[in-house]
Amino acid sequence: MNAPTTTANEDLFAYPQDRACPWQPSPGYQDLGRQGPLHRVRLWDGRWIWMVTGHSQARRLLADPRMSADRSRDDFPAVLPRLDAPIFKPIAIIGFDPPVHDVHRRLLAPDFSLKQVRAMRPHVEDLARRLVADMLRAGPPVDLVEAYALPIPSMVISELLGVPYDDHEFFEAKTVGLLQAKSAEDAERAGRELWDYLDGLITRKEREPGGAGVLSRLAGEVDEDGDLTREDLLRIALALLIGGHDTTSQMIALGVVTLLEHPEQLAALRADPGVLPAAVDELLRLVSITDVSGVRVATEDIEIDGEVIRAGDGVLVSSSMTNRDPAVFPRPYEFDVHRTRGGNAASGRQHLTFGFGIHQCLGQNLARMELEVAFSVLFEGIPDLRLGVPLEALPTRSGGTMQGVHTLPIEW
Amino acid sequence: MTAVWVSADQERCISGGRCMAATSEVFDQNEDGLVVVLTPQVAPELEDRVRKAAYLCPSRAIRIGDGPSEG
Ligand code: HEM
Ligand code: SF4
Repeated sequence: MNAPTTTANEDLFAYPQDRACPWQPSPGYQDLGRQGPLHRVRLWDGRWIWMVTGHSQARRLLADPRMSADRSRDDFPAVLPRLDAPIFKPIAIIGFDPPVHDVHRRLLAPDFSLKQVRAMRPHVEDLARRLVADMLRAGPPVDLVEAYALPIPSMVISELLGVPYDDHEFFEAKTVGLLQAKSAEDAERAGRELWDYLDGLITRKEREPGGAGVLSRLAGEVDEDGDLTREDLLRIALALLIGGHDTTSQMIALGVVTLLEHPEQLAALRADPGVLPAAVDELLRLVSITDVSGVRVATEDIEIDGEVIRAGDGVLVSSSMTNRDPAVFPRPYEFDVHRTRGGNAASGRQHLTFGFGIHQCLGQNLARMELEVAFSVLFEGIPDLRLGVPLEALPTRSGGTMQGVHTLPIEW
Repeated sequence: MTAVWVSADQERCISGGRCMAATSEVFDQNEDGLVVVLTPQVAPELEDRVRKAAYLCPSRAIRIGDGPSEG
């Protein structure tokens, strides 16, 4: 039975646990992974859920229509206290099941397609080069998060959505406030401020139709009796603004750390720019920046590998551990930009960092492109880049699932 | 050797473009971001990569068979 609090649950593995190394899963998860593909873990509120560390089990469960992503269900697990905030309950797209999920996702798909993203690339390269020039002018030491890793995704998503970048300090601070909040109350406060901001922005777009960006386009498609209500649009705007920059900026930051700590891999990347896409996917696999591929609740009993996931059980798929399933990734803890070599062109891309099933990341093509540009322009512009503090002294995030550093001091 | 045929279901497709990234000779995305199969009959040298694309497809929209699909 999945009782909310029982003494038995207290013996279970407590989830989440902090990493000891910025690019490797917490030592506790590594132990769990060795014991099998499915585990019972205990959350902050005493409830237990399934934690999936096996790759094939994760693929099956995330593609299973009996698994619900509906955050408004009473039995949906709140993995962290902040996720209990009302603002997260109906979170757009990611928190909806079909048919609503599919309708909203399709409204956005054209703007996030591979071709669309490729067309944006030269512009992002110019942006990255400008930021590198600014850092060189300012001179070392520089906080790479503030000067580079955050501005790239933040400017890209604001332009794509049609959110004025002049407001970036406000929405960046509120997004971090929302995502790093230690309580539901703090998350709700930051979330409401973002909501009010987006509400005002969409009102302006409704008054002046024809503006640039996805939000202007969608503002013209709002229909209170149709597929997209005004509240839907606000929720979508919030989800894209939040989803669009913290994940990618922290992936740039930890990606740079990982490359600097593996000089032979960085040298391999420099020697052959052709490995850049594969190197980015390998970094995505290794770093698993969100640490989680998806959270669901079972709506029916599901039999898997001799276990039964009961209707109402919560399920969390670990990206950092499924990305290290030795059945799929030989030498899984090693960083190897040449992992895709040996004929199997897609083997490095089998990672579940962007999830799997119908909720697989909408922004994945955008994120990959931004990462390719960010790493190549940075190491080309500042070839003798190094960390400004010892690895152990990096101010890493703790207590949550989303990984990252508060600042990343660099020198050259 | 019998030829392999591939089809893709736009109803299931969620437009991530994984198929196109894996095998751009066979898969494309239309203006709505939905999958389009360029060559339903797969050249033998592309068969492995088409199978890989089907494996990577998150919404199981890609079907591989031994004849043309029924539309
Ligand atoms: C390195 C960067 C990123 C990572 C690791 C990442 C990771 C993920 C993961 C794991 C999911 C699936 C969640 C689930 O199944 O419950 C997801 C979904 C999503 N992501 Fe990302 N993401 C990244 C960047 C972005 C960007 C740049 C955007 C752009 C706006 C974005 C927007 C979304 C949206 C809207 C969804 C929900 C899709 C759906 O439910 O159909 N993400 N992301
Ligand atoms: S991989 Fe599947 S879901 Fe993605 S674009 Fe291709 S057919 Fe559509």
